Amino acid sequence: MKTIEDLKRLREQVQSDTRLRYTTGTKIIIGMGTCGIAAGAREVMSAVLDEIAKRHLQDVTVTQTGCIGMCEKEVLLDVVRPGEDRITYGKVTPELVPQIIAEHVVNGRILEELVVGKFSE
Amino acid sequence: MEHIRAHVLICAGTGCASSGSKRVEAAMKRELAERGLDKEIKIVETGCHGFCEMGPLVIVYPEGVFYVRVQEEDVPEIVENHLYKGRIVERLLYKEPVTLEKVPNYSDIDFYKKQNRQVLINCGRIDPEKIEEYIAVGGYQALGKAVTAMTSEDVVEEVKKSGLRGRGGGGFPTGLKWSFTRKAQGDKKYVVCNADEGDPGAFMDRSVLEGDPHRVIEGMAICGYAIGADEGYIYVRAEYPLAIKRLKIAISQAEAMGVLGDNIFSSGFQFHIKIKEGAGAFVCGEETALLASIEGKRGMPRPRPPFPANAGLWGKPTNINNVETFANVPQIINQGADWYAAIGTEKSKGTKVFALTGKINHTGLAEVPMGITMREIIYDIGGGIQNGKKFKAVQIGGPSGGCLPEELLDLPVDYDSLISVGAMMGSGGLVVMDETTCMVDVARFFLNFTQSESCGKCTPCREGTKRMLEILTRITEGQGQEGDIELLETMAKNIKATALCGLGQTAPNPVLSTIKHFRDEYEAHIREKRCPAGACSKLVGYTITSNCKGCGLCKKVCPAEAISGTVKEQHQIDPDKCLKCGACMAKCPFKAISKG
Ligand SMILES: Cc1cc2nc3c(=O)[nH]c(=O)nc-3n(C[C@H](O)[C@H](O)[C@H](O)COP(=O)(O)O)c2cc1C
Ligand code: SF4
Ligand code: SF4
Ligand code: FES
Ligand code: FES
Repeated sequence: MKTIEDLKRLREQVQSDTRLRYTTGTKIIIGMGTCGIAAGAREVMSAVLDEIAKRHLQDVTVTQTGCIGMCEKEVLLDVVRPGEDRITYGKVTPELVPQIIAEHVVNGRILEELVVGKFSE
Repeated sequence: MEHIRAHVLICAGTGCASSGSKRVEAAMKRELAERGLDKEIKIVETGCHGFCEMGPLVIVYPEGVFYVRVQEEDVPEIVENHLYKGRIVERLLYKEPVTLEKVPNYSDIDFYKKQNRQVLINCGRIDPEKIEEYIAVGGYQALGKAVTAMTSEDVVEEVKKSGLRGRGGGGFPTGLKWSFTRKAQGDKKYVVCNADEGDPGAFMDRSVLEGDPHRVIEGMAICGYAIGADEGYIYVRAEYPLAIKRLKIAISQAEAMGVLGDNIFSSGFQFHIKIKEGAGAFVCGEETALLASIEGKRGMPRPRPPFPANAGLWGKPTNINNVETFANVPQIINQGADWYAAIGTEKSKGTKVFALTGKINHTGLAEVPMGITMREIIYDIGGGIQNGKKFKAVQIGGPSGGCLPEELLDLPVDYDSLISVGAMMGSGGLVVMDETTCMVDVARFFLNFTQSESCGKCTPCREGTKRMLEILTRITEGQGQEGDIELLETMAKNIKATALCGLGQTAPNPVLSTIKHFRDEYEAHIREKRCPAGACSKLVGYTITSNCKGCGLCKKVCPAEAISGTVKEQHQIDPDKCLKCGACMAKCPFKAISKG
C-alpha cells in the first residue's frame, strides 16, 4: 500500500469483514420453527445465502426466527427493507428465492402473489 | 460461493480468557463444523468489552445478542437454538441487577446506555489481531490525512484546539506538550507511550492495547509526524503478556502494510516503533524513571527541568503520553478538533475511561463524557451498591488520589473539580466503598502501597511515608493517641512539598482526603478505640443485646467458650476470651449479637 487511495480501496474491500456488526440494511428473516425446518427452511436459507453471495449483495443480513403461528404456510420468509413494512412470504421454496431477492430485496418490488402478511415495525 | 450471515464475537480479553473463553471458542468451532454452519458463520476473537465480570462474553451479530458467563457446555445450545433455529437462549442473557429484567440486546444494557464510547468504540467489536478489521472501521485514515494533507504544525494546532489533556493522571494539555517537543532542538526525537499502568485497580490501558492496539500505534505515528520524530517506544509492563503479544502482531502487520516504517503513504515520513517491557514497578510510570528504565538503567526519577520535551531518551527531545491519550488522537484528526471539543466540559474535553471496582454492582470499564456526575457513574452505569448496602465513599485516582463522600456525589467529574476537593483524576481507577469499609483502613492500604513502591531515592518519601504508615497502623489497632491526626496532617504537607517526584508528592493524598471527609472515623478509633464500620479486626467487639432470649445457641458454637449465661436470661461475651470469629452472630436466631 503506497497511497491514501490504496487505503481507501482496501477499506472498501475489507468492510464486509465487519459490516455485519454495524448493519442498518435490509433484513431477510427465515422461519426456523420445527415445522419450518420440516418444510425445508434450511434449504431455503442455503438458497438465500447462495443468491446473496452470487450477487455480491452488501448490507443484507439473514437471520432466523422461531414459530410465528402460521405453520401451514411454511416455509416463511420475511423481507424488511430499512424504513419499510415487514413483508412475510409463504410457501417459499429454494426455487422462489432468486426471484424474491431480485425483485424485492434488490429492486424494492413486492411479489404480491406470494405475500401472506404485512406488518409495520 | 459463500455468504457470511452471522458473526459470533468471543471476547478474548484477559478477563474473559481467564474465565474460559478459549474453551468456549474451541467448542464453538467444533460445533459449527459438525452442524455444517462453519461456512456461513464466522467466529471473531475480540478484545475486552469492559464487562469482564460477566465473562466469558459471546455476542451474536447481526442481532447483537449478548450472552454472559458462557461456558463450554452452553455452546451446543447456542448453536442449535440460536444459530440454527434463531431462538435466543434466554438463560444466558444478561439480567439487570435491580429490575432482574433480561436484556437480549447489547445496546440496551444499562451499563452501556449512558456511556459514550469513543476510545473504546472498537474494543470488543473488531479482531485486534487483524489489521484489516481496523482498516475496515476507518483505521489509519487519520495518519494518511495527517502526513499527506497537513503540515506538522497543523497537526499540533488541531490537537491543541481539541483541548485534549493527558490521560495518564496529571492532565497536562497534550497539544502544548507536543508543541514543546516540536520546537525543541535536536537531530533525533522520540515518541514514548506510557503503558506502565501501575495504579492498583486500573486496567483501561491494558484493555485498549489488547482490544484495539492499532489505534495506539496510529496515535503515536501521528505524534511522531507532528513533533518530527522517527522512532517510538511503547513501555508496557511485563505483567501484560496479552497486550504485548497483540502489540507485536499489530506492529508487524502495520509494517507489512506500509502504514508504519519508511516513506509512509509516499510522504517521505518514516516512523518505527519498538516495545520495551517493564518490570512493573509503580514508580516506573513516572516519566523520568520510565525513560531511565528504557535506557537500561534503574527506574528512578530525576529532578525536572529539564523536561523530557527537551532532554528525554538518551538526552534527545522526547514526547511521552499515556495510552489513552494517544488513542484519542486519530479521532481528533479524522473528525476535527471542534467535534472533539464539543464533548465534555469547558476545561476538560472528550471522554474518560474509568475502571469501576469495589462494592458496586457492575464492575468493569466505562467510558463517559467528562463532566458527568459521580452519581451517574456509580448508580446509572455501575448499577449501584452491591447487596443493597449504603454508599460510603468513592476513591478516585488510585494511590495519588482521594476519597469523595456522599455529599460530593453530584460533583461533575473533570480534572479541575476533582483537584478542588482534594482528589485527582489519576488514571481513572474508581473504587466504590460501602458502609462496611473503614476509611482509616483505606488510607492505610494506599499508603502501604506507595510506601512499598517508593524508590527510596529521596528522604521525605522513603522515611516520611514509613512513619505515616506506622501511625495509621497504630490507629487501626486501637493504639492511636491524641494529636495523631494533626501529626499526620503536618507530615503529609511536608512530604508533598519536598518529595522529588509525583509518587511522594501525591502519596499523602488518600490520608488527607479521608481525614478531611471522615475525621470522625479517625476520632472514633483514637478516642473510643472503636471502628464504626466494624472493619478493623483489632477493634471490633461482639456484644449481646437485650434482644437475647437466652436460647444458648451462641454458647454452643463459640470455639473459645467466651459466652456465659443462664437459660432464658441475657447472655454475655467475655471480650478477653473472644476470638472475634463471628460464629455466634451468624447462629443467633434473634439477631441479638452486634458487632462494632
Ligand atoms: C508515581 C507515578 C506513576 C505514574 N504512573 C503512570 C502510569 O502508569 N501511566 C501513565 O500514563 N502515566 C503515569 N504517570 C504520569 C507520567 O509521569 C506522565 O505524566 C504521563 O505518562 C504523561 O502522559 P499524559 O500527558 O498523556 O498523561 C505516573 C506518574 C507518577 C508520578
Ligand atoms: S518521591 Fe519517592 S518515589 Fe519519587 S524519587 Fe523520591 S523516593 Fe523515589
Ligand atoms: S465471636 Fe466467636 S469467639 Fe467471640 S463470642 Fe462469638 S463465637 Fe465466641
Ligand atoms: S413452525 Fe413455522 S410458523 Fe409455526
Ligand atoms: S475481558 Fe471480556 S469483557 Fe473484559
